[in-house]
Amino acid sequence: MALPKALSRSPWRSIDRWLPQIVVSPLFAVSLFFVYGFIAWTVYISFTRSGVMPNYTLDGVGQYVRLWATPRWQVALRNLVTFSVLFIGLCLVIGILLAVLLDQRIRIEGAIRTIYLYPMALSFIVTGTVWKWILNPGLGLERVMHRAGFESFTFDWLVNADFAIYTVVIAGVWQSSGYAMALFLAGLRSVDDEVLKAAAIDGAGPLRTYFGIVLPMMRPVFMSTVIILAHLAIKSFDLVMALTGGGPGYATDMPATFMYAYAFQRSELGVAAASAVMMLVTIIAIIVPYLYSELREGRR
Amino acid sequence: MNRRQIDGIVRRGGPWQAVQRGVLFAVLALFCAYYLVPLVVMISTSFKSLDEIRLGTLTSLPQAVTFEAWAKAWGSACVGVRCDGLQPYVWNSVMMVVPAVALSTFLGALNGYALTKWRFRGADVIFALILFGAFIPFQVILLPMARTLGVLGLAGTIPGLIMVHTIYGLAFTTLFFRNFFIGVSDGIVRAAQVDGASFFGIFFRIILPMSLPAIVVTLIWQFTQIWNDFLFGVAFTVGESNPVTVALNNVVNTSTGVKEYNVDMAAAIIAALPTLAVYVLAGSYFVRGLSAGAVKG
Amino acid sequence: MSDIRLDAIWKKFGATEVIRGIDLTIDPGEFVVLVGPSGCGKSTLLNLISGLETLSSGNIFIGGRKVNDVPPRDRDIAMVFQSYALYPTKSVRDNITFGMSVRHIPRQVQDAAVAEFAGLLHIEDYLERKPAQLSGGQRQRVAMGRALVRKPDVFLFDEPLSNLDAKLRIEMRTEIKKLHQRLGKTVVYVTHDQIEAMTLATRIAVMDAGHIRQFADPFTVYDDPVDLFVAGFMGSPPMNMIEGKLRQDGGSFVECGAPGAELRFPLPEAMARRVAGHDGLAVILGLRPETIFAAGSELPGPDRYCFELPVAVVEPTGPDTMIVFEIGGRDLIARVRPQDARPQGTRFRFEVEMRKAKLFDAASGLRL
Ligand SMILES: Nc1ncnc2c1ncn2[C@@H]1O[C@H](COP(=O)(O)OP(=O)(O)O)[C@@H](O)[C@H]1O
Ligand SMILES: [Mg+2]
Repeated sequence: MALPKALSRSPWRSIDRWLPQIVVSPLFAVSLFFVYGFIAWTVYISFTRSGVMPNYTLDGVGQYVRLWATPRWQVALRNLVTFSVLFIGLCLVIGILLAVLLDQRIRIEGAIRTIYLYPMALSFIVTGTVWKWILNPGLGLERVMHRAGFESFTFDWLVNADFAIYTVVIAGVWQSSGYAMALFLAGLRSVDDEVLKAAAIDGAGPLRTYFGIVLPMMRPVFMSTVIILAHLAIKSFDLVMALTGGGPGYATDMPATFMYAYAFQRSELGVAAASAVMMLVTIIAIIVPYLYSELREGRR
Repeated sequence: MNRRQIDGIVRRGGPWQAVQRGVLFAVLALFCAYYLVPLVVMISTSFKSLDEIRLGTLTSLPQAVTFEAWAKAWGSACVGVRCDGLQPYVWNSVMMVVPAVALSTFLGALNGYALTKWRFRGADVIFALILFGAFIPFQVILLPMARTLGVLGLAGTIPGLIMVHTIYGLAFTTLFFRNFFIGVSDGIVRAAQVDGASFFGIFFRIILPMSLPAIVVTLIWQFTQIWNDFLFGVAFTVGESNPVTVALNNVVNTSTGVKEYNVDMAAAIIAALPTLAVYVLAGSYFVRGLSAGAVKG
Repeated sequence: MSDIRLDAIWKKFGATEVIRGIDLTIDPGEFVVLVGPSGCGKSTLLNLISGLETLSSGNIFIGGRKVNDVPPRDRDIAMVFQSYALYPTKSVRDNITFGMSVRHIPRQVQDAAVAEFAGLLHIEDYLERKPAQLSGGQRQRVAMGRALVRKPDVFLFDEPLSNLDAKLRIEMRTEIKKLHQRLGKTVVYVTHDQIEAMTLATRIAVMDAGHIRQFADPFTVYDDPVDLFVAGFMGSPPMNMIEGKLRQDGGSFVECGAPGAELRFPLPEAMARRVAGHDGLAVILGLRPETIFAAGSELPGPDRYCFELPVAVVEPTGPDTMIVFEIGGRDLIARVRPQDARPQGTRFRFEVEMRKAKLFDAASGLRL
């Protein structure tokens, strides 16, 4: 390659040297503006007296005081806790159970896995629509049980303010437990075959092998699954909207639907911003320590 | 996912083994039913007439199969005040999904490549900053984004929605590709550099062709995410420009008139069909996307 | 101490036959090494003996008892794996005692056993650590401890030293040999490293493609290989294989090299008698590098053959120097004393000790 010396020293060479930075900088700028800039804007608004329109005069923590005094927000938080605990717990139990069972050299494993996991490909809106129909008081499950001879069976959770949140749990677990199964199964498969052989030589049966050796090795998988499910729970918006619309009343509101309602339906920007910031803080509290430990692990 | 390699540890035979095996398959079958019943209910309801729904049960199969509900869901169901069925909204979703998926995947690959294979100073910090964007609750950017779209004149339009999906998909796609490229030997890039290839030359001629699996995984993941999105759709589009998920929710939750469950189910299947098809056709890539989504630093 | 008897065993994975009819009798207290190229079925054979794989056909006896259907835990065996296969969430102590606690052996007995072997293996200082906090060599010792502590009748090793660096590997090799001498248990040891096989074994089984080619003591396997495969596999640098034709005109010779520049290696009398009447047979002459040296550098003896060829490459190794030369386009190696070496390009006079030469039938690969 006989490039003239002059050309190879032309300005193009030095641009070439900086190309990686030049390529990454738009993404970086986008991230700065649309993530950090927007977060800053929302945080700022949460400290102003903004109502229908943004108002840029700072007003201390007034919006947070109002937020926490709002009964609807308290319901949303309670629902979030109820939902998260049940959703994460049930997904973990079902996920681990199915992963362990599928790990027993099942010939049709591939087909079964496909069935367990397909709900993950659906939109939460679709899931909500289906379960809304199945749990329909009158025509749904209730009718099935009546026809089966259980005349006194009633099932009105969907419209019962005290129980509606559990219908969200039912639909959410149906959609996401297969995901937990897939993560655990991948974890089980990453266990060195020789460790299982060593356990067999040591005389451990299947139960002892799983509970004594394999499942304790799943701690990192367990952690990341909990984090992912918690993340899903905190962001859950679509499912509630499709299944109950937050109702009856605001009985199944969650922080995500609360924020949406205050931002786009009631136009109380300040409260909406404050609730969004609360969500962000919650997620940071969960994600940042996790990411930190993950990245440190990765470097080792 | 690879299968267990052990062919078979010698175990004591006998009836106990058979019982264990029986229980195992019973439980697995039970859960198959748990996951499949809603799908069956959805499909069978969509082929029933309203009368049959009112008289029969959820789990009974249609006596007289009718496509009325499908025709209505596709062409004449009312979404808000407009009664053209889901059809226009399916096209909205298609027009939004294709550019958003292509753009976010391509840019994610380019950035992942620049961040891992040209580790300039600060690359790790930049990556960590970008990564954070994949985890924020989007509620925190809804308000400023709505205003920004307004300023740009993109409020309530499909291009606006494309922009939003591309921007917030980038964090994920960059993460995917970074994780993939970390496993690719730096030696390949060094060797190509020694051969005189440039930054883009290496990317297009060497890196992209060898990342085909990662590209497929990312395309499928992004397609599923963006097609299934509801939050951005409901927050940033209005009426005409709604994506299909928003339209579906409107069909189901219209409070006027008789509740037509068969139409709801047909509409739900229409909205679910593209992602289900991708799942059935490219299941293993989909699963890989799921486990890649489980961040590995 | 138990003997192990393999009786016509086969193992198929689906359609692939991995073990293809192996008979083997291992005496009590023996140290048998299974050696062979990667993928020849060594691990599979070991897994069959341990019960980690089920037989396709044939019988396995340990200590006279037929164990085809006996699970691994009841075969009175212990095993050490290449990856060590330590339980990552358990401490070193719990790794070692896991097998005993599964068997509900009392705590005091466990502690006494740990104390005994921790000292023997020099791991007493990190019994409370997790495997991730140990070096490769330490992990290897823990894996050994886990196997030893149950005092089984038979030890099975699957390439236990392959993941160690060269120096540690030699150290551990010696320790394993000492342990065997001290405990006197029956050992089956898999390796692809023929030096390990030579140094450790009381008998070596050379495997290839699911068959055992030769089963004999190390010296016999080295000095009296049954075929080309065994001869080529054992020894480093490997045996020189020279293609040629048998000539029986006024004595027996192997004639090789390009036409016009042939070399005629004379066969010693005993060998000549064995191949009488096969004039013109295509053969392969096997010469170990140490049987080719600089002419006159050793005391004269019978059945020597001298020839002169240019030096192609000189490779000093320290104690010896390898001289590479060519016959008929193939590189051959002679092991000479460093002071006898000559620079590349000079003509060198080689002397071969023909009594140590091996002769193989080129068609079947068998020893003649
Ligand atoms: N579980 C299995 N299923 C199918 N093929 C196997 C299995 N285990 C081993 N094999 C095959 O058997 C052959 C011998 O394997 P192995 O005994 O591990 O060889 P070695 O230990 O001598 O390197 C290999 O070709 C391997 O691919
Ligand atoms: Mg092996």
